[in-house]
Amino acid sequence: MTTTESRLPEERLLEVSDLEKHFPIKQGFLKREVGRILAVDGVNFHINDGETLGLVGESGCGKTTTARCILRAVDPTNGEILFRTREDEVVDIAMLKGAELKKIRSDIQMIFQDPFSSLNPRMTLLDTIGEPLLLNNIGSKHDREERVAELLEMVGLRPEYMRRFPHAFSGGQRQRIGIARALALNPKLVVADEPVSALDVSVQAQVLNLLADLQGELGLTYLFVAHDLSVVKHISDRVAVMYVGKLVEMAPTDELFSTPKHPYTAALLSAVPEPDPRAKSERIILQGEVANPADPPSGCYFHPRCSYATEQCKLETPVLQEITDGHYVSCHRAEELILEGVLAE
Amino acid sequence: MTSRDQPILEVKNLETHFPLDEGTVVAVNGASFEVMPGKTLGIVGESGCGKSVAARSIMRILDKPGEIVGGEILFRRNRGESSEKVVDIASMDSNSAEIKSIRGGEIAYVFQEPMTSFSPVHTIGNQIIEAIRLHQDISKEGAREIAIHALDAVGIPLAERRLSDYSFQLSGGLRQRAMIAMTLVSNPTILIADEPTTALDVTNQAQLLELMSELQTDNGMAIVLITHDLGVIAEMADHVAVMYLGEVVESAPVDDIFHNPQHPYTKALLKSIPKIRSNSSERLASISGTVPHPYDRPPGCAFGPRCDFFMPGRCDASIPALQEVRPVHQVSCFLYDEGD
Ligand SMILES: Nc1ncnc2c1ncn2[C@@H]1O[C@H](COP(=O)(O)OP(=O)(O)O)[C@@H](O)[C@H]1O
Ligand SMILES: Nc1ncnc2c1ncn2[C@@H]1O[C@H](COP(=O)(O)OP(=O)(O)O)[C@@H](O)[C@H]1O
Ligand code: SF4
Ligand SMILES: [Mg+2]
Ligand SMILES: [Mg+2]
Repeated sequence: MTTTESRLPEERLLEVSDLEKHFPIKQGFLKREVGRILAVDGVNFHINDGETLGLVGESGCGKTTTARCILRAVDPTNGEILFRTREDEVVDIAMLKGAELKKIRSDIQMIFQDPFSSLNPRMTLLDTIGEPLLLNNIGSKHDREERVAELLEMVGLRPEYMRRFPHAFSGGQRQRIGIARALALNPKLVVADEPVSALDVSVQAQVLNLLADLQGELGLTYLFVAHDLSVVKHISDRVAVMYVGKLVEMAPTDELFSTPKHPYTAALLSAVPEPDPRAKSERIILQGEVANPADPPSGCYFHPRCSYATEQCKLETPVLQEITDGHYVSCHRAEELILEGVLAE
Repeated sequence: MTSRDQPILEVKNLETHFPLDEGTVVAVNGASFEVMPGKTLGIVGESGCGKSVAARSIMRILDKPGEIVGGEILFRRNRGESSEKVVDIASMDSNSAEIKSIRGGEIAYVFQEPMTSFSPVHTIGNQIIEAIRLHQDISKEGAREIAIHALDAVGIPLAERRLSDYSFQLSGGLRQRAMIAMTLVSNPTILIADEPTTALDVTNQAQLLELMSELQTDNGMAIVLITHDLGVIAEMADHVAVMYLGEVVESAPVDDIFHNPQHPYTKALLKSIPKIRSNSSERLASISGTVPHPYDRPPGCAFGPRCDFFMPGRCDASIPALQEVRPVHQVSCFLYDEGD
């Protein structure tokens, strides 16, 4: 294993540096590469042990691809993903292969968006939730049943349901099944990609509460990917904002929502309709569409939609910088702009 | 004019069923609401509560074997000879000339999924031009001009060039705008928009909501905005109908819904959503259980099994009626029933 210990500060569980994932665009009979989709284009962030980092941004900005790189569901094009294993070893996930990669997989688990398509309809809950144990040769058949019963109880389902098939369950219950499966191997990091987006509001609250309870009980660390800013604000300790493959801002949650420093963050926050008719506020309405990641604009990728853009913004690409303690921004004008948030300071 | 104070559309005790082999799906179970001219009615409710089926009942475009089995859909017509005549859409033949002239003419419907509302094999231009010529006796060239103007009006850049695009070439936000452009060419008096922003990002959603408000100011049309998003409702609606399992359980001016809700379901729903502009990150008050399937609708009040105020012997004995508790504020709940 690589000697990377010294480069990951003690409180951090994960640190992503200069992560890139480019998908080739191929055309014609010879499948020649005619271009590249810069799905993730130089992303830097870290997650502290035991916290929840929210990752937000409009669709297509690279959230899922970032998550998939961390899980090594895809191979990153470039960059480093330092991770502290349960043996307290620091590894670079981006470099791992074979048995080393397999070993790390039990430490990082995923919860998916769609509780309908992510479960195999022909497998009972026992098979679905117990599969990760079986694949890793953990325990006897009897041990596995006990563990599945325990997991079902943990996520608020009755252990007697073990021999049923997923079709008998509602959306919220299926999401609980997905959570139980993710927890089977006692992971350290849980990557949840839009875990409540497909759920009804009344059920969404149940699942968010469950995730918070499990974090408290098991000391889990979450990377919570979502496009719903109210949900992200509720669950996250810190929030990272992505735009066209790049991280544009990262800060503690209350700070990001009260004093955003990037014009894109401020516009996103202001676009969220508030469930209160008396609070009709002046909106910043972003014009145009998210830039094409196969052909991003020059300079700051946000400049064509930004009302604060200057000549410099068209020419130079800003880099992510820590402007105050723990508040990272990538904008040429971050220090001079005073932007409005949605929370009182 | 007095007709401004009268509803343009009045849905009374609408019942729409889907008789399937496995049993009858009671999709809409006696729902009532009113649409005032030039105003926005928000219909809010969780998935499966009958919002789309209610809208499709009004348009008379129900999928088979769906059928309206009870109630009235009274529509005040406002075109030509039939102006001010009140007709019952529920009793029309779904293929009659009358409903066809209302549908796509006076009442327009924007779907949840804009991908399916345009044909993939014709250009957007041809489809809009055809829609115009269906309702107006006008040359192809004249219709083309109107189409460009309509696309322009909904904020589609380079409108003329878009005429030769196919719908799949547009982004979700632009496709939804093009869909609205197509419905606007007939100058509808009611626009029914069924989850128009659900598939969009917040930024595109904000653009579309702004567009709808502007169009309403310009054209004076009434909007029926169907959504599960309480933020969208608070922003857009004048009056709100809250649906649960095929019924309207509360109907009130938007301010009352958010600041003086009466039905336990409305109250619970408001408490269960995380709010972006509040400092607390306390536990969310969740509603226990899930929305039941309309096959096994609970006896009595449909919300009973999930309700904190459930009164055994009362709430499960009969279905509470929608009753006025304050002026223009109606609730269907036995907590407010002083009848006996
Ligand atoms: N397997 C893939 N092949 C090609 N392009 C992809 C693939 N996965 C994602 N992309 C592209 O990468 C960009 C980022 O996508 P994604 O990470 O899914 O964004 P998000 O989750 O933020 O919506 C999009 O333009 C998407 O079309
Ligand atoms: N074509 C159909 N055939 C059978 N049942 C249907 C059909 N369309 C809708 N339903 C049922 O009617 C109920 C109401 O559906 P819908 O109006 O689509 O809900 P909403 O729009 O509020 O999410 C649901 O239980 C749904 O399953
Ligand atoms: S760098 Fe310039 S264009 Fe980019 S967000 Fe900042 S001000 Fe706007
Ligand atoms: Mg995604
Ligand atoms: Mg619907």
